[in-house]
Amino acid sequence: MRKHLNVITAYMIMLGLIILVGIFQSWNVALSIFNMCLISAVMTMGANVQWGYAGLINFGLMGYAALGGLAAVLISVDPVQEAWSAGGFDILMCLGLIIAMIFLVKFILKNFEKSKARTYGIAGVIIVGIIIIRITSESGIEAIEAVNPATTGFLGGLGLPIVFSWIVGAFFAAGLAFVVGKIALGLRADYLAIATLLISEIVIAIIKHEDWLARGVKNVIGLDRPVPYEVNLQVTEWFISLVAKFNSGKLDLISNIADKQAALNQLVIEGSSVFVKLCYSGLFLIVVIALLIVTQKALYSPWGRMMRAIRDNEEAANAMGKNVVKQHLLIFILGSAIVGIAGAMLVTQDGLFTPGSYRPMRYTFLIWVMVIVGGSGNNFGAILGGFAVWFLWIEAAPISLFLINLFTAGLPETHEIKIHLIESVPYFRYLMMGMGLLLIMRYRPKGILPEKIEIK
Amino acid sequence: MDFLNAIILLLNYIFVPALTYGSQLALGAIFVTLIYGILRFANFATGDMMAFGTMVTILITWYFQSLGISLGFLPTALLAIPFAIIFMIGYMLFIDKFVFRYYRVNKSPPVQLAMVSIGVMFVTQAVVRIIIGPSDRRFFDGEKFIIKASKFKEMAGLNEGLAIKSSQVLTIFITLILVSILFWFLNKTKTGKSMRAYSDNEDLALLSGIDPKRVVMITWIIAGILATIGGALYGLDKSFKPFTYFNNMLPIFAAAIVGGIGNPFGAFLGGYVIAFSEIFLTYAYKKFFMYILPESMEPETLIQLLSTDYKFAVSFSILVIVLLYRPNGIFKGKVL
Repeated sequence: MRKHLNVITAYMIMLGLIILVGIFQSWNVALSIFNMCLISAVMTMGANVQWGYAGLINFGLMGYAALGGLAAVLISVDPVQEAWSAGGFDILMCLGLIIAMIFLVKFILKNFEKSKARTYGIAGVIIVGIIIIRITSESGIEAIEAVNPATTGFLGGLGLPIVFSWIVGAFFAAGLAFVVGKIALGLRADYLAIATLLISEIVIAIIKHEDWLARGVKNVIGLDRPVPYEVNLQVTEWFISLVAKFNSGKLDLISNIADKQAALNQLVIEGSSVFVKLCYSGLFLIVVIALLIVTQKALYSPWGRMMRAIRDNEEAANAMGKNVVKQHLLIFILGSAIVGIAGAMLVTQDGLFTPGSYRPMRYTFLIWVMVIVGGSGNNFGAILGGFAVWFLWIEAAPISLFLINLFTAGLPETHEIKIHLIESVPYFRYLMMGMGLLLIMRYRPKGILPEKIEIK
Repeated sequence: MDFLNAIILLLNYIFVPALTYGSQLALGAIFVTLIYGILRFANFATGDMMAFGTMVTILITWYFQSLGISLGFLPTALLAIPFAIIFMIGYMLFIDKFVFRYYRVNKSPPVQLAMVSIGVMFVTQAVVRIIIGPSDRRFFDGEKFIIKASKFKEMAGLNEGLAIKSSQVLTIFITLILVSILFWFLNKTKTGKSMRAYSDNEDLALLSGIDPKRVVMITWIIAGILATIGGALYGLDKSFKPFTYFNNMLPIFAAAIVGGIGNPFGAFLGGYVIAFSEIFLTYAYKKFFMYILPESMEPETLIQLLSTDYKFAVSFSILVIVLLYRPNGIFKGKVL
């Protein structure tokens, strides 16, 4: 118990802060912060598996999160029959062509000696392949995008419950990670960082501009939900009585029946959105706890010890007969898959997929700040980092507004500097993140909850 | 005649814009490569440092404009750049003293320094947005065009016009001058040689009496000059928006790596490689073929290899290919 005292205190403080938000702002805000904290925690766990366990630097988190989101769309949306009949065949043919191309390249790689001719041959195959694919797909894509472009204009998905997408998102991300890992994992650390960052930008560019796939920047809205809708809850009998029961003390104080009904209605409306968020929290908590158990077990297993050995001394681990390349690839795939789950969860919670909103600042660098601040190599630290940084990210605006008012108290309300500062309040969160990262890296380089190696 | 028209078309829509954009990238890429070669880390704050320098330039330009100072047909910003450079060098040295020095003295691994530069990126971005705001700003004044498209048509008697903006000519000229001075400095002066020696082998350089503090300081000074001028030229030619500058970091990195990171000349050429391939691959050649092919063979589609949406993706793909086949860059990445 005493050994874990700092972990427990840190989590207690974090929970206390969220509860304070609930009391002073509203439970709605507190719960939405809590839910996003949980999603961030899943992302940080993914990054932590790569960076903390194996020392692999992955600045492409954004791309994997977006692929998870794409999975949510492709799983949950109903298929658009018209679009399938208009251009489905062309798209399937292109898919076949791509697969054929990959096999051809593999065949060449396998059966010919490494030479200039082989390199040019592969380049030729790829270029010719891309041209053929463009020609075959063009009419199909146009036909698909012409099908009712205001609402659909894409192939749609499978029409399955959206929760499945959490698993599919993991597989999508793992697939991309396999390709990226094969290409880039041999590179030096900083090259790897840049390469993964750029590859994730390519992924986003493709998702943004291939409208037939997921409507691109036109966004997909109104995705299915795994939890009830507020509107339906507000007319459900048991829910109203539940709210009435919860607030019976408050309602009993009101004597007028009409007033009482109005107050109850208000409470039901508020309660319904809190209830929906609680449902999400439950779902997300299950994922977080399951992942935490698995990653924690892995960390203290022989495999985890091997990963740390590889991280700390690659040559020595190699000399001991560990397959460093294979293990790096494996852990790269695992970590990315976890980020993919988080991406699918995020889209599930929002109910909409907006490729334009995927920016490296928010989905890559912020997650890295979380990992570094929380404590890399320690799952509890990474989760705490996700919570603390997301909390600060949201609450930065009120905090900085308060600070600005405090420091400019002597200035009149209409003073230019004061107005300018108050207008730029949203950007103080970047300042806080940056200062936080710099201070932590300087004075507590292992994070709030540093990595602890225990041999059990 | 049609042939001439086709050439002018390519000049107008591909060659001149790509040369300008390439020059802007080249300055940034040399900045990245210098930091990488001497301080040995990938600086993720590149784009935001350039934004900072541009912001200072804009503020000084506004001040001059309010005083009524102008350069006539040249943009006032040119007058502001030297002052902005001084300010920017101060900022760079300040960051180095309070942030990067600690890790350098402790000989931290490059990855840790890269992480620290992310912290600097966040802070710089916040400072820029707090001071000048996130919106789009144009600060170009003076004569806009050197040759107007309509005038060119009249003079040459062609169908296609060639428009050359003065900001484009300025960018290309200033880049060429700056880069030649830089290469002269690195290759001919004693300080420059000591920088190259330090970059090549730190321990040997220390043994032969090179002062590391001085080398680092000069690196930051050159970096400040490059960041300010590169950023200001980009802002003059297009417009200043902090988010665009942050995004420009990516093609700049691509240029530096394609040219062989740590090699300034490679970075310089890498900038043009990236810019030309981006524009070549995303230009629609329909009109070009309409001029050079006989009427019966005229194309119906746009003849565009990739849609312009994939502009950034092109440079990143080039980078991935280079990393795969020549991890050290096209021009053999060696130290400085």
